[in-house]
Amino acid sequence: MPDPVAVIASATPDPIARKVRGLSDRAIAWLFVAPTIFLLLAINIFPLIWTVRLSFTNYRANRPNEEVEWVGLRNYIRILTDDGIWANMQTTAHFLFWTLFFQVLLGFTLAWLINRKFKGNDLLTTLIVLPMMLSPAVVGNFWTFLYQPQIGLVNYMVELLTGTPASSFSMLGAGGYAKWSIIIVDTWMWTPFVMLICLAGLRSIPDYIYEAAEIDRASKWRQFWTITIPMVLPFLMLAVLFRGIENFKMFDMVVLLTGGGPGNETLLASIDLKREAFEKWRTGYSSAYAIILFVTVFGLASIYVKALNKVKER
Amino acid sequence: MTRFLSGLLRLRRGPWELLATVLIGLGVFMLMQPFALALYTWSFLVTLAGTVMFIIVSHFPE
Repeated sequence: MPDPVAVIASATPDPIARKVRGLSDRAIAWLFVAPTIFLLLAINIFPLIWTVRLSFTNYRANRPNEEVEWVGLRNYIRILTDDGIWANMQTTAHFLFWTLFFQVLLGFTLAWLINRKFKGNDLLTTLIVLPMMLSPAVVGNFWTFLYQPQIGLVNYMVELLTGTPASSFSMLGAGGYAKWSIIIVDTWMWTPFVMLICLAGLRSIPDYIYEAAEIDRASKWRQFWTITIPMVLPFLMLAVLFRGIENFKMFDMVVLLTGGGPGNETLLASIDLKREAFEKWRTGYSSAYAIILFVTVFGLASIYVKALNKVKER
Repeated sequence: MTRFLSGLLRLRRGPWELLATVLIGLGVFMLMQPFALALYTWSFLVTLAGTVMFIIVSHFPE
């Protein structure tokens, strides 16, 4: 029976076989990596460079045949002196800070509780993790129903507990609750993610460290602050990095819940950017807006990765 | 402080990275603070300077 490798090799046309045989290991390695590099350049690097270029022009994507004018730093100056965009940045900061605060606090607490051995532990973990498996569109839609003033469960519960009539206030309407409503939904959805990462951290701590601490008569409180927290910290920081970047560009869920309203109360920078780019079609202006957000996230991520490496070295 | 300044002069990574980190942090704070529009206006420049500096100085020797 003929050797299958030899059969396949003989099927390669002679000129190609000669060329491949003459390649060095390095060249073959480049040959394998080249498609990935090409895709990276085409999908990530080229659009980034193109966006930077567009940010210095008055280009509008809905008028492709119009002459494009080079406007220099005008787009950047207009964005960075705009009161409205400044307010959007503050709304984004408020959303980012409180979602991270609650998600880390609740996520770590849940992980710490789940990490104990008890009956039904696995089932409980699965149930807690369910919200993060849902699509943000679904979450946005069903929380809209939950927040309904007339038929919503949230208003009904508030009426039950405080006596305030359910239809007298709207969680997503005017009254100052909208900002907190989106924070509640994001926290509900993404706390399980932080919990899972913290749980991985907690389970990676070997038991003998706690046993040694017990022998040294360290209290539970001291064990928590000198063993648990330092060893979970890299995991926690990773969770904050992921959630921070994700929440900085939060879009879908907030659009479905409030659409940026009432007024501009929940208008995050990402939603405003989308409006400028695809509703007002100010492509050059929105490119400058996108670059400002990109540099901010990139800078923060750089600091964070450095801090993470330092914590891991300890 | 003397060690920090000498690290800056001898182009060492540690102090330069610290400086870049402070600039980025300051820039992000300026971008999102609710106190003064002037700070917001200059925030991007500060963040950009910090980020570019961070990329460059991360190639400096330890």
